Amino acid sequence: MTGNVIEVNNLEHSYGSIKAVDNISFTVKQGEIFSFLGPNGAGKSTVINILTTLRKLQKGEARVNGYDVAKEPNSVRRSIGIVFQMLCLDHEMTVSENLEYHGRIYSMKKKERSKRIEELLKLTDLESKKDTLGKDLSGGMKRRLELARGLMTKPAVLFLDEPTIGFDIQTRMRMWEYLREIKREGTTIFLTTHYMEEADQLSDRISIIDHGKIIVTGTSNELKNKLGKDLIYLETSDNKAAAEILRSLVSVKNVTEDTKSLRIMIGEDVTHVLPQIMDKIRREGIEIIIVNIKKPSMDDVFVHYTGHGLREGNENGNGNGNEKQQGIETAVVSE
Amino acid sequence: MSFEFRAIYWREMVKYFRYKSMLITSMVQPVMWLAFFGLAMSDSFDKLTSLVPNEPGVPVVAYISYMGAGIIAMDVLFSSLFGGTTLMFDKKFSLLRETLASPVPRTHIILGIGLSAVTKALFQTFIIIGFGRLVGMEFFKGYTLIETLIAIVGITLLVAIFTLGFLFLSGSIAITVENPEGMQSILTLVSMPIFFVSNALYPIDGFPTFLKVLSMFNPMTLLAGGIRYFALGTNFSVMGNHYIYTTVDIVVAFLGLIFFALVMLSAAMWRFNKVDI
Repeated sequence: MTGNVIEVNNLEHSYGSIKAVDNISFTVKQGEIFSFLGPNGAGKSTVINILTTLRKLQKGEARVNGYDVAKEPNSVRRSIGIVFQMLCLDHEMTVSENLEYHGRIYSMKKKERSKRIEELLKLTDLESKKDTLGKDLSGGMKRRLELARGLMTKPAVLFLDEPTIGFDIQTRMRMWEYLREIKREGTTIFLTTHYMEEADQLSDRISIIDHGKIIVTGTSNELKNKLGKDLIYLETSDNKAAAEILRSLVSVKNVTEDTKSLRIMIGEDVTHVLPQIMDKIRREGIEIIIVNIKKPSMDDVFVHYTGHGLREGNENGNGNGNEKQQGIETAVVSE
Repeated sequence: MSFEFRAIYWREMVKYFRYKSMLITSMVQPVMWLAFFGLAMSDSFDKLTSLVPNEPGVPVVAYISYMGAGIIAMDVLFSSLFGGTTLMFDKKFSLLRETLASPVPRTHIILGIGLSAVTKALFQTFIIIGFGRLVGMEFFKGYTLIETLIAIVGITLLVAIFTLGFLFLSGSIAITVENPEGMQSILTLVSMPIFFVSNALYPIDGFPTFLKVLSMFNPMTLLAGGIRYFALGTNFSVMGNHYIYTTVDIVVAFLGLIFFALVMLSAAMWRFNKVDI
């Protein structure tokens, strides 16, 4: 019990006949950054809305900061900060008024409010903008202000729903810096994202979520290592035949056929395995057109576990004639 | 006892004073009504009714003083009816999310906005009373200081209750409809009968029975009548009509308005509890 800021057991949620969240269980430890990575419509926002008491819990159990989400919503609310997916700032109020309002609705004392506003403006580099109206801020500044607002009450856990959606890479990287800083100060962060990189860069642990289910949970490295040490991308004159040959090799962990190329997961040092592989394929009279070696990325992890690319969202599989379940291992890599 | 409604009130007032154009128009508008509509109407009415004999011994009140009470009621009606619109925009631009996700009880949101509307309504009321003096609107004529103060407190209370009632109504509509155009047309539809089927601008004695009965239950009639009770006295004649207000009348006005406000509050709460984000 101790050390877990969020505990979710067998959570389920449906909209009419559509099951948006399907029997999800997970925990978030004190002080970590925990990410839900998944495509749009995977059920991420529903989970966040239930945990932040914005949506009624239908089935299952969820505790935030030790409080039952269904029974003690007000205590939960006092324990958390939220940055919503959509920007929601008062454009007609200044930066510091936006924070002031937040402090007021949480009944913070005047002295405490002003002290906290000062700290947060400093943290988010908005000091020079404190009297600027919300509408005159840039997109990145607005987001930072929302971040500051989420932290106003010194929450035990900060929820962020797609915090950098629609931002350019510089703004996103800056945002990540702020989030790391917040983590360093001891705040637990729960975030949802559909940016692989974001989950990879920020998170202590990641849950890949798809079709309302958690597919796998682990640290970024654990998830990547699961795919083997290296990946080889191979384009040949006959991918199908080549795949057959490769599957028979001991050093090859898994072979997947994409539209044009083969993705080969290797368990051992690739420098030794690659010559073998090329040899074997050539001997069968198959021509090798392109070879590429890389370390597994979050993208690879995602494709591996869900069986489809992130962008395809809800479409099941990708229609490449490759639905041969590449091991939708419901196994949890580490808990 | 929690006081979170003060946060909502604070936010509304910050924005009210921020936009000088809004602030000034809201103050100038009642003055214009009084200056243009009021003076024009009172001149014609006074001309038309100058031949009607007044009962001897009953103080005669100029039409503009009579109408002044109606102008206050009208002004307060419109500002409170449109006062809820802020909620629609808050919902539309998902500003409401922040507040709904906080521990603030939903009653406090509507109450905070309601109290800010009351503040604005009172500003307007006293601008009309003040400016009215310049154009011949004689409120509190022959009153002692104490009587004037009591009258002011009475008017303040009536205006406050009335404003809350219509703000709650407007809030319930705002939280239900999706777009500003819809809101606008509903409000226009609602305000029309409330305004015209009342004694705000003219006596209801001449109404057909059906309208007369309706108008007696109209909060607008209760407010305008109540203001006249406090501002013009219990016994006066205007345009040949002899008015006598009794204590029963004023108690009925208060009770009626309180009842109206409570019904609207529950309507607002009902709509508010349905809000999903």
